[in-house]
Amino acid sequence: MAQKAIREYDAKSILAKHWNKYFPDFTYSYETVLVTSGAELLEAAKEKPWLKEKPLVVKPDMLFGKRGKNGLVLFKDQKPGDVTLEKAAAWIDEKAKEDVAVYFSFDGDTPTGEPKVDRLTHFIVEPFTPHSQDEEYYISATVVGDEDVLYMSAEGGMEVEEGWDEKVTELAFPITATEEEIAEKIKANIPADVKEEDKENFAKFAIGFFKAYRDLNFAYLEINPFVMQGTKIELLDMVAKLDDTAGFMMVEEWGDVEYPTAFGMESKSPEVEAIEEADAKTGASLKLTLLKPEARIWTMVAGGGASVVYADTIADFAGIEDLANYGEYSGGPTTGETKFYAETILDLMTREKDPKGRDKILIIGGAIANFTDVAKTFTGIIQAFEKYADKMKDVGVKIYVRRGGPNYEKGLKDIKEAADRLGLNIEVYGPETHVTDIVRMALEEK
Amino acid sequence: MGKLFTRDTQAIFWNNNKTAIQRMLDYDYTIKRETPSVAAIVAPTSSNKFEKFFWGGDEIMVPIYKSTAEAKAAQPQADVLLNFASFRTAYDVTMEALNIGGFKTIMITAEGIPERLARGMNAYARELGVVVIGPATVGAIAPGAFKIANIGGTIENIINSKLHRAGSCGLVTRSGGLFNELANIIAINADGIAEGVAIGGDRFVGSVFIDNLLRMQENPDVKYMILLGEVGGTEEYKVIEAVKSGKITKPIIAWCIGTIAKYYDSGVQFGHAGASANGDMETAEAKNKAMAEAGIHVPATFNDLPAKIKEVYEDLKAKGVIGEIEEPEINIIPKNRRPKNFICTISDDRGEEATYAGFPISSVATPDTGKGIGDVISLLWFKKQYPKWATDFIETVIKTVADHGPAVSGAHNAKVTARAGKSVVESLVTGLLTIGPRFGGAIDGAAKYFKYADDNNLSPKEFLSYMKKEGVPIPGIGHRIKSLKNPDLRVTGLMNYAAEHFPATPLLDYARTVEALTTSKKENLILNVDGTIGILMVDMWRALGYSEEEINEFIESGTLNAFFIVGRSIGFIGHVLDEKRLAMPMYRHPMDDILYDVKKAEKID
Repeated sequence: MAQKAIREYDAKSILAKHWNKYFPDFTYSYETVLVTSGAELLEAAKEKPWLKEKPLVVKPDMLFGKRGKNGLVLFKDQKPGDVTLEKAAAWIDEKAKEDVAVYFSFDGDTPTGEPKVDRLTHFIVEPFTPHSQDEEYYISATVVGDEDVLYMSAEGGMEVEEGWDEKVTELAFPITATEEEIAEKIKANIPADVKEEDKENFAKFAIGFFKAYRDLNFAYLEINPFVMQGTKIELLDMVAKLDDTAGFMMVEEWGDVEYPTAFGMESKSPEVEAIEEADAKTGASLKLTLLKPEARIWTMVAGGGASVVYADTIADFAGIEDLANYGEYSGGPTTGETKFYAETILDLMTREKDPKGRDKILIIGGAIANFTDVAKTFTGIIQAFEKYADKMKDVGVKIYVRRGGPNYEKGLKDIKEAADRLGLNIEVYGPETHVTDIVRMALEEK
Repeated sequence: MGKLFTRDTQAIFWNNNKTAIQRMLDYDYTIKRETPSVAAIVAPTSSNKFEKFFWGGDEIMVPIYKSTAEAKAAQPQADVLLNFASFRTAYDVTMEALNIGGFKTIMITAEGIPERLARGMNAYARELGVVVIGPATVGAIAPGAFKIANIGGTIENIINSKLHRAGSCGLVTRSGGLFNELANIIAINADGIAEGVAIGGDRFVGSVFIDNLLRMQENPDVKYMILLGEVGGTEEYKVIEAVKSGKITKPIIAWCIGTIAKYYDSGVQFGHAGASANGDMETAEAKNKAMAEAGIHVPATFNDLPAKIKEVYEDLKAKGVIGEIEEPEINIIPKNRRPKNFICTISDDRGEEATYAGFPISSVATPDTGKGIGDVISLLWFKKQYPKWATDFIETVIKTVADHGPAVSGAHNAKVTARAGKSVVESLVTGLLTIGPRFGGAIDGAAKYFKYADDNNLSPKEFLSYMKKEGVPIPGIGHRIKSLKNPDLRVTGLMNYAAEHFPATPLLDYARTVEALTTSKKENLILNVDGTIGILMVDMWRALGYSEEEINEFIESGTLNAFFIVGRSIGFIGHVLDEKRLAMPMYRHPMDDILYDVKKAEKID
């Protein structure tokens, strides 16, 4: 995935780092810290006196929104703007103590849909900024189709989300737009509701914002709201995604940025983590997602496109009830890498018998390879068979193989011979058989 | 009209990816192309000038250049750039090629080029009318004409999938892995493809489905099209629009993969970076449904695609839109091929008679051929037939440098060795071994430094101060006894010849202005015979049309010294034979001619 979400704290840090370049006419205090516990916050206060001097606001910083409606923004103890350092630290420790349920959609103030339950681990702490509603504005930018689109509104916060169509001005720019063209167009299209005395500054800020979004390779950048008090800016809430493929050019510009997993994502199994680790180390590609580990049909498919059509075809024939995993290996993995990948899948699929007593099905599929040596990758799979043959026979596994490409005849012959020798139940097909037809064969048999 | 590639299309391959290039040349040989499809390789860090590849059982050399600009200048007919640079440099390579111009198609293989760069690059190419294939693609193929890199896989698979000759389907896929598979399906169920493109898996690719299908609509060889799309994006809707508006009239068979995605939330990434649905409209199911409604042939499932292809193909055949295809003859690549350890580009002894650069020896040897030693040198050293004024000049040089008496170091060495009882060849070699920077080397040095000064427009005064800074006496200037008033007649002879026969002598003219300055300081600082030869050789090559770089290469590789070596060998052999004839005894240098100054070695603790 090229577009990755980053923490609010990191988004602010990146803008702050380049503030004078993009917003030379404005000031931003950049008073913000990211902590994982109350103790860490108290420690931070030794270096940052404002944490002791100013009333504070605390929010979880874990890629999800609607924090206010979920009751996860601390801005008052007795009354708004009276949160002390000690109160903030205590609140963090209390919230981080156990799992919390977070809702992602609301109808008015009533949560809808299923919540995600997970532990809160990261909190952003900032000064409480007293301001009036009419000082709040909205701005964001992202890619739509082939164009960059800038969204601006005179109303920030919840209001803009609830009245998007009436309240937001949208400006689309082709990638080739020059800075002059962009500035012209923004100046000519400042939302009418922006206060008259703020209009010129709003335009200046929007131009800088959009330039920062383009220059710094953001894929998505939103400030909702920002507060404009003359030339003083406060960034109350931010959401951002980076185009991580630009990472190699942005080492200096982005600084030390992290890509956290989303709140409520099931923690990955050790097997999946091991495959991810192996994937990161090789020039080839190794991917594994566990969908339903107790299910009957396992796939070990070469190639990104082919893995999708196998999954499609399984769903077409049998629905997804029986599909245990999705994944692919491609890009010419070594024999050793393929062996590791195959062992991981064989290990997972031979842990339990099918509750209904049926044989499990292993689809070793793939299209006709462009350059991957089929015999070489199959050698890795054969080595994994040798290790897991007894377990496979114990659980009952029927193997279907289909593959083409460089050296495929040898690969198919080797895997057939090995399976026969080990007493495994196997059927082997080459390019004369339609790529996904083994799925039909496997699932039509009774 | 409408064809991406022809049998004459040639590419510049950026990055010396030997396996992929060999696959292209194997394909070329198989389909009996006359020229290799790779005209040049760009490898910025390579110091080689060419790379060897098999051409059937033989080998050919593909030139290597350090930059795209050099490659394009040398091979202007190559209008395809195969950009195999990494994701870090692929953008720069593409932009440079777009600015150089003259490329019709640029294919980019790297996956994960920063999105903003990819968008800018694609937009710029579109503005210039250049077709971009990729990024993140395995390429494209026009069967029977031109194949990019690894697309189609092995040569066996290419023939099995009928990718060695044009069929009647236009194929566009996103996935490179499934491209081969589709080609195979089409070969089994129809008559193969006329043109195929894998557009690439990144989110922002250059040419999209609609660009390729509109071109195929114009290509008379394409009778129907197959589109294999993916979940995510809205590109398929542009195709639907084109069908509805009548811009595309040829039948299309289409399928979007990734129908499974609807069962899972966005946490599961199926397939490519580009494959992620934002909203219902981008799901595979919605796109398949919309395409079917627009009259595009959409199978019920991916597994039914072969049957759908067969149905459409048979129908077009029955209607007479598609005829029979004549199977062309192909070359078979030998099973066992061995790379050659040596290369020879100057002479050949395999035929009836050995040749010098294509000329049988008898055609240059005897006097009636009108050819002399100068002609033989021009053939064997430069692989060119030089005009008579040049070959005569070469002979004049050889004659001029043939000998300079017994006292010069080389002749002296040869004589001493001969007197030690050694053979002609041993004695000659000891003489030749003295040739270098101090003996004979002034020819090289004069050519090098005078050319440098002339190339950089240094005035004689600037040149002198440059040489002073370098700490080098000017090579080719100065004689032991000769001066302007008492000229070296060998030099006069060479200059007169050049004045009469050379089309122009710009470097000599410049050298004379330098000589005017040096002789004003000291009488004997004249342009000597070494200097005159070196300088006139440069003028000769310039008049023969060599580029300044080629001439610099001659100088650096020691070609000028070679004239001295050939010429002076005549003299050395004369001295050796002279010694043999005289039967002179072993030579021992008189002791009173040696200053003995030997001190006792100090001890170091």
